[in-house]
Amino acid sequence: MFWLLFLALVVLFVASLYIGAQRSRQVAGPSTQVLHSRPSYHGGYLAIMTVLPALGVLILWSIAQGPIMDMMVLGQFAEDVAAMSLPAQEAFLRDARALAFGGIVSFPDELKEAAAEIYANMRTISLIAMVVVMVALVVFGFRSAYANILPQQRTRHFVERAVMLLLIACSVVAVITTVGIVLSLIFESLRFFTMIPIHNFLFGLHWSPQSAFAGAGEVVDANPEVFGAIPLIVGTLFITFIAMLVAGPVGLFAAIYLSDYASKPVRAIAKPVLEVLAGIPTVVYGFFAALIVAPFIRNTGEGFGLDVSSESALAAGVVMGIMIIPFVSSLSDDVISAVPQSLRDGSLALGSTKSETIRRVVLPAALPGIVSAMILAISRAIGETMIVVMAAGLAANLTINPLEAVTTVTVQIVTLLVGDQEFDSAKTLAAFALGLFLFCVTLTLNFIALRVVQKYREQYD
Amino acid sequence: MSTTTTVAKDDTAAVAVTSAAKAMASDVAPGGTTITDAAPANVKMKGKNVDVFYGEKQALFDINLDIGDRQVTALIGPSGCGKSTFLRCLNRMNDTIDIARIEGDITLGSQDIYDPSIDVVELRARVGMIFQKPNPFPKSIFENIAYGPRIHGLADTKADLEEIVITSLQKAGLFEEVKDRLDAPGTGLSGGQQQRLCIARAIATSPEVLLMDEPCSALDPIATAKVEELIDELRENFTVVIVTHSMQQAARVSQRTAFFHLGILVEVGATDTIFTNPSDSRTQDYITGRFG
Amino acid sequence: MTDIATTPPAGANPGIDAGSALHTSDAARRRLKARYAAEARFKFFGIAAVVTAGFFLVLLMSTIVGQALPAFISHQVTIPVELTQETLDPNNEGESALRRANYDAILRDGIRSLYPFATSRDDQRTVSGLISTGSAVRLREAVLADPEGMMGQTSFTVPVDDVADLYFKDQVSDERRLETTGIASPTGTEGEIQVLSTANDFRDILADVKEFLGEQAESVQRELSAKERSIERAQLDLESFQTRLPNVEESRRAFFEEQIEILERGLVSLDRDITNLTEELADLRQRSQTAGAEEVLSTQLPSIFVEINGGVVKATRISATGIAGEVFLPLASTADAAAGDWSIREIVLPERNRKLDDRSLIYLDQLLDQDRVERTINTVFFTSGASREAELAGIWGAVVGSFFTMVVTLLLAFPLGVAAAIYLEEFAPKNKLTQLIEVNINNLAAVPSIVFGLLGLAVFLNVFGMPRSAPIVGGMVLALMTLPTIIIASRAALRAVPPSIREGALGVGASKLQTVLHHVLPLAMPGILTGTIIGMAQALGETAPLLMIGMVAFIVDVPTTPLDPATVMPVQIFMWADFPEALFRQKTSAAILVLLAFLIAMNALAVILRKRFERRW
Repeated sequence: MFWLLFLALVVLFVASLYIGAQRSRQVAGPSTQVLHSRPSYHGGYLAIMTVLPALGVLILWSIAQGPIMDMMVLGQFAEDVAAMSLPAQEAFLRDARALAFGGIVSFPDELKEAAAEIYANMRTISLIAMVVVMVALVVFGFRSAYANILPQQRTRHFVERAVMLLLIACSVVAVITTVGIVLSLIFESLRFFTMIPIHNFLFGLHWSPQSAFAGAGEVVDANPEVFGAIPLIVGTLFITFIAMLVAGPVGLFAAIYLSDYASKPVRAIAKPVLEVLAGIPTVVYGFFAALIVAPFIRNTGEGFGLDVSSESALAAGVVMGIMIIPFVSSLSDDVISAVPQSLRDGSLALGSTKSETIRRVVLPAALPGIVSAMILAISRAIGETMIVVMAAGLAANLTINPLEAVTTVTVQIVTLLVGDQEFDSAKTLAAFALGLFLFCVTLTLNFIALRVVQKYREQYD
Repeated sequence: MSTTTTVAKDDTAAVAVTSAAKAMASDVAPGGTTITDAAPANVKMKGKNVDVFYGEKQALFDINLDIGDRQVTALIGPSGCGKSTFLRCLNRMNDTIDIARIEGDITLGSQDIYDPSIDVVELRARVGMIFQKPNPFPKSIFENIAYGPRIHGLADTKADLEEIVITSLQKAGLFEEVKDRLDAPGTGLSGGQQQRLCIARAIATSPEVLLMDEPCSALDPIATAKVEELIDELRENFTVVIVTHSMQQAARVSQRTAFFHLGILVEVGATDTIFTNPSDSRTQDYITGRFG
Repeated sequence: MTDIATTPPAGANPGIDAGSALHTSDAARRRLKARYAAEARFKFFGIAAVVTAGFFLVLLMSTIVGQALPAFISHQVTIPVELTQETLDPNNEGESALRRANYDAILRDGIRSLYPFATSRDDQRTVSGLISTGSAVRLREAVLADPEGMMGQTSFTVPVDDVADLYFKDQVSDERRLETTGIASPTGTEGEIQVLSTANDFRDILADVKEFLGEQAESVQRELSAKERSIERAQLDLESFQTRLPNVEESRRAFFEEQIEILERGLVSLDRDITNLTEELADLRQRSQTAGAEEVLSTQLPSIFVEINGGVVKATRISATGIAGEVFLPLASTADAAAGDWSIREIVLPERNRKLDDRSLIYLDQLLDQDRVERTINTVFFTSGASREAELAGIWGAVVGSFFTMVVTLLLAFPLGVAAAIYLEEFAPKNKLTQLIEVNINNLAAVPSIVFGLLGLAVFLNVFGMPRSAPIVGGMVLALMTLPTIIIASRAALRAVPPSIREGALGVGASKLQTVLHHVLPLAMPGILTGTIIGMAQALGETAPLLMIGMVAFIVDVPTTPLDPATVMPVQIFMWADFPEALFRQKTSAAILVLLAFLIAMNALAVILRKRFERRW
């Protein structure tokens, strides 16, 4: 229904564009020169005045109608509902809605059917009311705007202001997204921290939320002992560390070689190679890690008589490092290339070799940029999900042996949220607490990287 | 392009013949250059039939120039005449440009510096260079100057290094101004100070020859005067080649002057002679400001 | 720094001692040599770094291409079927009967008719397991689509089972065939028989088996030492827990006790394992060392078959001159076979270590001999949705899901991103609010993708109650994720349009909005589109946020609208990568190739766009 009405409004919009333009030509008489604004602006004016208010009503009404109906149904069945627990209430409403509007009903009963009837009635009433309001707004808007199409009417200003508002609204979407992320993470995390004390989460050494509950579904007091995030954080940092051991030197040296040594043909091959590495989806890296690298490390290790987990931190770390190589190299390449040629000339003219020039003049000058590139790479590695989901372990071992399995924050978020969820169990909410942690860490790293570069700009520009 | 330059070359020859009759001391070198005095007593560097190409384009034509030991040689001429190109040939800074190609011989002492056996790093240690725009490294003043001695291993101890730094700063006339802040970044100095820092940095490596590519073009008159004074003092210990577009500067600091035009070396001789009694009409036109 | 120490003093005042041969002395030359060595090392590191990156790319691509290629081919088998009025619709009820007919039975009877000798239940089960379990659905669909045409057909082509498919691609095991020199005589045509040769034809293969036993002994030895190590570790852990137990605070005591109990249980089972392994090791050693002695073949040893008189015997015991074993394919007679007329076949990989059992393998050979197997391009892979059966699983459902998701992403992110870029670049006043928006966009670009998934889960699914697993929600999440990329690229493109264009348009009296929409935006469009395509390519390869909103569900049907539950290509790859079947692994690689093909196409488009319309001002 929503889309049908929306489509109707679109048709109305196009029609009013045309009618408005025609009307302005009509009032202008033989020459459109007398118009302050071109006919198309009059059309735009008419279209906006006709459709916009109704569109607003349509959207707001559609969003608000669900919760309001739920509230009214709950009000109707207050005494029946009072006995129910919160999940049971939700199930009651869900089933009643499904009965009324179609969908999969788990356990129909009489109460739910009664509620369903109310739902169906309310929806019909609500629909009729909404359409009436919309039609009224359309008619009113159209009539008043139509009468207002006059030669001296500054409709261009109106239309341009409207477009400007639209542009502003679009740029605010990014802010809304951030606010949405922050609010949803904080909101769910707060719910989590009411069940599990925050210090248990941040400083606990034991993580096994799967064992947190006696039985499935039943809300039991969660055992705060099993929500210690330290093993995850250590595991994440450890894999990131291994990844940076690979990506840091390789990426940096590749950037140096490409910017200062490589001949044109070499660059013509090497740059696309790095770009392709950067463009490969992470799930492919994960597959590669699980299929090739992990068994290889395991077999090699066993050849030396070592116990190697098939989900070793080393395998995940190395492959993540490969993934980050192009990230490091392209950022470093940018900052190394940005070091002015005059500094290189000055050093070469003193009789230094190329490597001396790079090590002692270019790199120190580019250092802040390189540091920020590395920080961004670390932030990227911390937030990376698929490689670790596919190649790192699930068990939260607190270890720094690269041959053992460790788990990471992102792996646990995926594990906790994939599959069926109860949206008020500590297990599910723990994922949001981990998400909040992840968000804060990457944001901080990003912020530091930005500050480092800014400081560097102030100093040498 | 090549046709017009050929014409120019022919002109040079013709003018050179007429001017030979006018000035008895003049001689015509193989490249068609008018040489208004005898070659310097001690030749430090020598260019012989030097051609330089940037890709397809020829930038220098058959240059023959002797550079006297422990004197200042000025290279003058209008923009784009090739004087900087020639200067960059002298310590092979042109190697850093991929498309540059050099033919002919340039010798330092008795060695051909383009000989494959010659080490470009060693060459540049012996032939230092100062650039148009001061380019101090983003390090402290001390580190800027210590850089050369460090990479070349010129100092055994910290004390030696400090001594080199201080002597170099003194030689460059900068010591008094910066002695309290040797740890401050070199980029924080004024333009003139930065350029003298670059000169101090160059002489800290103890080169034999110092090449200066318009060292004062980015400086104000007072800073310029200081640098010029410095150049004059440097003559005692170093062979200096300076490119400048200011004829007054050439007259003030140099003993010998070479005039480049359109990629050819038109005339070379004692500075006094060039500025008071040039043999070639183009030199005359240039120094009297009729073109350039 | 180190080379300073080796330098002789260069005089009291080396800094300005210009005349000396400071840079040409022998010491300087030596130093220079060391410096050049450092230079060469440094350059080598650079080359090594680039080569490393290239090596990883080649390794990754060659692995995936090598794995993927077999998946593009599949095998089908044509089996006799009885599609008659009687089998399909005995009571003449029309379509409803056709729907209900027992196609499984029809196919089962069909394939069993090819193996009349397979009479035992087990053998019959093996026979019907040769074809894909999805075959019946296929047959039903074919009949329903064209009842008249199918009625009376006597054969039908169905996919083979996934392991059978691998076998036909020679990917199950190495095998070898031995020439024979003696005359062989079988003792029967069916059941348990012996085949004896007049020569030592089985000597080599027996030696092979002994060698194999030796290798097995070694691996058991390794397993044993690993167990011994774990037992030591477990004992240490146990001791540490036990010593700490008395001092531990009350709240943690339960945890400690539980741990101790777990460790104790573990120790008992480890002990048992070690005893078993020790026995096994002794037995293996003894058998491998007695050369020439008769050997009993287990499923842990290579399988040995004798092909004689048109039949196949699977050896269960082997000596240098003969075997005893079970007939898998009946022999035509018990006549003696001359040298060269019979052969010995060895399947190297032990039966226990492969999915395909010996009997199925021999039966599949029978199908090949009867010319019933057809090798075709794997159309199933490109046309069907997901399936639990490897041979029936296809990528099409995921491709369509990805398509819907990308359409939603593009429809949302492109207009929003371009509009935001226009506002920020062309109109926004420099104030705190716009600064906030800018910082915001840059930070949003660095937020891990999984966090966007959490946003989608918490807001789109739980607050707005949108459907789980639907491309529309996936598209919205990816749109938010792609937005910063598009905004940043679009702003760069707008910034690259020179001010002279704007001044020109403003100069003829255009309003600011007209200037931007009529002049600046069209000129910036190629850059904007390039950025958009790159952003979309990122979104196409993104997996993690989609896991959060349930697109990881197992969905068989190909979605028809963006509101249907669906999965997308990267998620499909993720799910398939988890399946143990070898054919799924190949299909995972094939799916990766398809995904990479799309990504390469998109990036190529971006490059072309950039090359074609790039303008230098």
